[in-house]
Amino acid sequence: MTKSIMIVGVGGQGTLLASRILGNTVISEGYDVKVSEVHGMSQRGGSVVTYVKFGDKVYSPIIGIGEADIILAFEQLEAYRALPYLKKGGTIIANTQKMNPMPVITGAAEYPENIIEKIQQSSSLIPVDALELAEKAGNIKAVNVVLIGVMAKSTDIAYETWVETIKSTVPPKFLDVNLKAFELGYNLK
Amino acid sequence: MKKLLLGNAAVARGAYEAGVRVVSSYPGTPSTEITEEIAKYDEVYCEWAPNEKVGAEVAIGASIAGARAMSCMKHVGLNVMADPVFTMSYIGANGGLVFCVADDPGMHSSQNEQDSRHYAEAAKIMMLEPSDSQECKDFTKAAFELSEKYDTPVFLRLSTRVSHSQSLVEISDRQERELLPYEKNIGKYVMMPGNAIKRHVVVEERERTLEKFANETELNVIEDNGSKIGVITSGIAYMYSHEALGDKVNYLKLGMVYPLPAEKILEFAKGLDAVYVIEELDPVIEKFCKSCGVKVIGKEKFTYLGEYTPAMIKKAVFGEDLPEHAEPKENIPMRPPVMCAGCPHRGTFYVLKKLGLVVSGDIGCYTLGAVAPLATVDTTVCMGASVSAALGMAKARGKEFNKKLVSVIGDSTFMHSGITGLVDIVYNKGANTVIILDNSITGMTGHQDNPTTGYTIRKEPTKQVNLVALCKSIGVSRVVVADPFDLKHFEEVVKEEVAADEPSVIIAQRPCALLKTVKYTGTCKIGSDCRKCKVCMKLGCPAIWQDKDGVHIDANQCNGCGLCINVCPFGCITKED
Repeated sequence: MTKSIMIVGVGGQGTLLASRILGNTVISEGYDVKVSEVHGMSQRGGSVVTYVKFGDKVYSPIIGIGEADIILAFEQLEAYRALPYLKKGGTIIANTQKMNPMPVITGAAEYPENIIEKIQQSSSLIPVDALELAEKAGNIKAVNVVLIGVMAKSTDIAYETWVETIKSTVPPKFLDVNLKAFELGYNLK
Repeated sequence: MKKLLLGNAAVARGAYEAGVRVVSSYPGTPSTEITEEIAKYDEVYCEWAPNEKVGAEVAIGASIAGARAMSCMKHVGLNVMADPVFTMSYIGANGGLVFCVADDPGMHSSQNEQDSRHYAEAAKIMMLEPSDSQECKDFTKAAFELSEKYDTPVFLRLSTRVSHSQSLVEISDRQERELLPYEKNIGKYVMMPGNAIKRHVVVEERERTLEKFANETELNVIEDNGSKIGVITSGIAYMYSHEALGDKVNYLKLGMVYPLPAEKILEFAKGLDAVYVIEELDPVIEKFCKSCGVKVIGKEKFTYLGEYTPAMIKKAVFGEDLPEHAEPKENIPMRPPVMCAGCPHRGTFYVLKKLGLVVSGDIGCYTLGAVAPLATVDTTVCMGASVSAALGMAKARGKEFNKKLVSVIGDSTFMHSGITGLVDIVYNKGANTVIILDNSITGMTGHQDNPTTGYTIRKEPTKQVNLVALCKSIGVSRVVVADPFDLKHFEEVVKEEVAADEPSVIIAQRPCALLKTVKYTGTCKIGSDCRKCKVCMKLGCPAIWQDKDGVHIDANQCNGCGLCINVCPFGCITKED
């Protein structure tokens, strides 16, 4: 049985690092893994999507409509955009941070209101103020690892296994902040 | 040992294990990380070339000199290097020679969606296509072996999803290889007509040999699940097909996509009720099957456009619909890519827009100058075209039009293929103004060094091309260096240079805001005395936004570059620490 986790956010928020921590953690559990990333132009402040799939044998690296067990959203609007990808019975873990896309900034479109509540009408969504927790950990850029922490709690993988991968994936200079961020996410009530 | 590797990193690993000695490339998404990963292996000489043609030629020279060599590029880079490639088909290879080309179906980061497989057929060069990271490594090694065995360059074709997906790879050690002897061989290495005529005969013989090899090689695999439906596919489309159709169909998975295996296809199709060809982009395999007399279902069921998905394949073959899912009940605003907060190009485009100039654009982050609200760039074709196409525009529409026209081109793109356009302007008495956006790095592809940065791919200090001296030596007497964040001065400079009756170059110098050496401090804040004139909104900075209460700056996104302070006509924006 393949597990599909979709990570969505805005270019520059660190979705790549999140997908790498996740990918490296699940291989240490002995699964076959595929991680699909986005590089290049779309990274420049645009919507970014990465996929992590693991199981006995994974073929396609991408996740389709109605297939994601978990969606890890770094921004509200991106959570809303990704909603169709959620499997029936799946869960969205969403950072409550809002970032205005250019069409909203220029006034060509409006940022939808009450996104969290709207998603919750049809699907399970855990809201997280990851920005606040990242700030508490010591760097607002650690939003990604906070969210990984929240998600880690819902898996069978041991706390220590995650910590080990973070140690081997994150540059040493940012390790303390990231470990703290992970802990804050993991222990979120 | 198994490691989770990006497809591109696996190609690099394969080349390393195969004993590659020389790699030369120009960065281009989705191929860039191959060469970056190679740079981590000290045993390999590795470089960023000024463009793909030079990169390919460096690899060609190394191969002729007896080393295994490789050059990597994106699909449009293959157009740039096509000239030597077609002739190398005649010359063949001494040390194994691999050209790795990454296509971009779906155009995640490209200006077109061309299918590189056409080049393999046109240049008569064998092409392999892996479908995951393990195959990226294995096929790269195979490519070097085959190159030497059959005396031919070999293409390795990737696509974005293969290049940028990570999957598990079994790691082995490097096999060091002695240089093959270099022997003078004018008949093989000097392609003038008398020699090339003879080499063409060799090429055609090799084609027949490789057609036979295609039928025998284990790169092309039949997976018989006892079904009456068959699928012929390759690369990432194989993975999508397998995910969608599982063991309910038989597969012919082609790891070698040129030449194609006629006999194997006939054998596979025999006795099947239906055979689908599932391939992204053009119907290359489909047309070949039809030419062999095999009835296949292809583009009548599958699109020429973009990337495929397992769901699309399930629908086309089994008629299955999408699984149950929720949908937002309103329109979701798009989030297109934008220039970063603090981007030096923002100042340039703000001024060009203010002056109402026609902007002949180029390939790089600054192509985003075409996006609202700046929407300043008029044209983007290919690397270097900003300069030469602007000369064409000026020659077509005359002097007055030229006074309203500028070219914008990045430092790396100018080195790639802007120089020759500037030579054309000077030589043919043009009076164009070219703005070189010198942000001290190759930005779009993720910060690669180039001849203007003063560092090699391994960050060793090296000679730095002096853009001012270069332009002057071409014959441009008016060369001005200006800071695009000093808006007033920059505007004066642009006005003056477009008015001049001779060629001019403005070097808009300010480093990329994402460079580690760039340290802006504090964040900008809009004061309560804001008059809501919204001039700052015209910058299209992702940190500045408005609602019914007025204009705000998002402290989490602002990097303190201060450009908005410069545009505010009433001095209402200040910086906080």
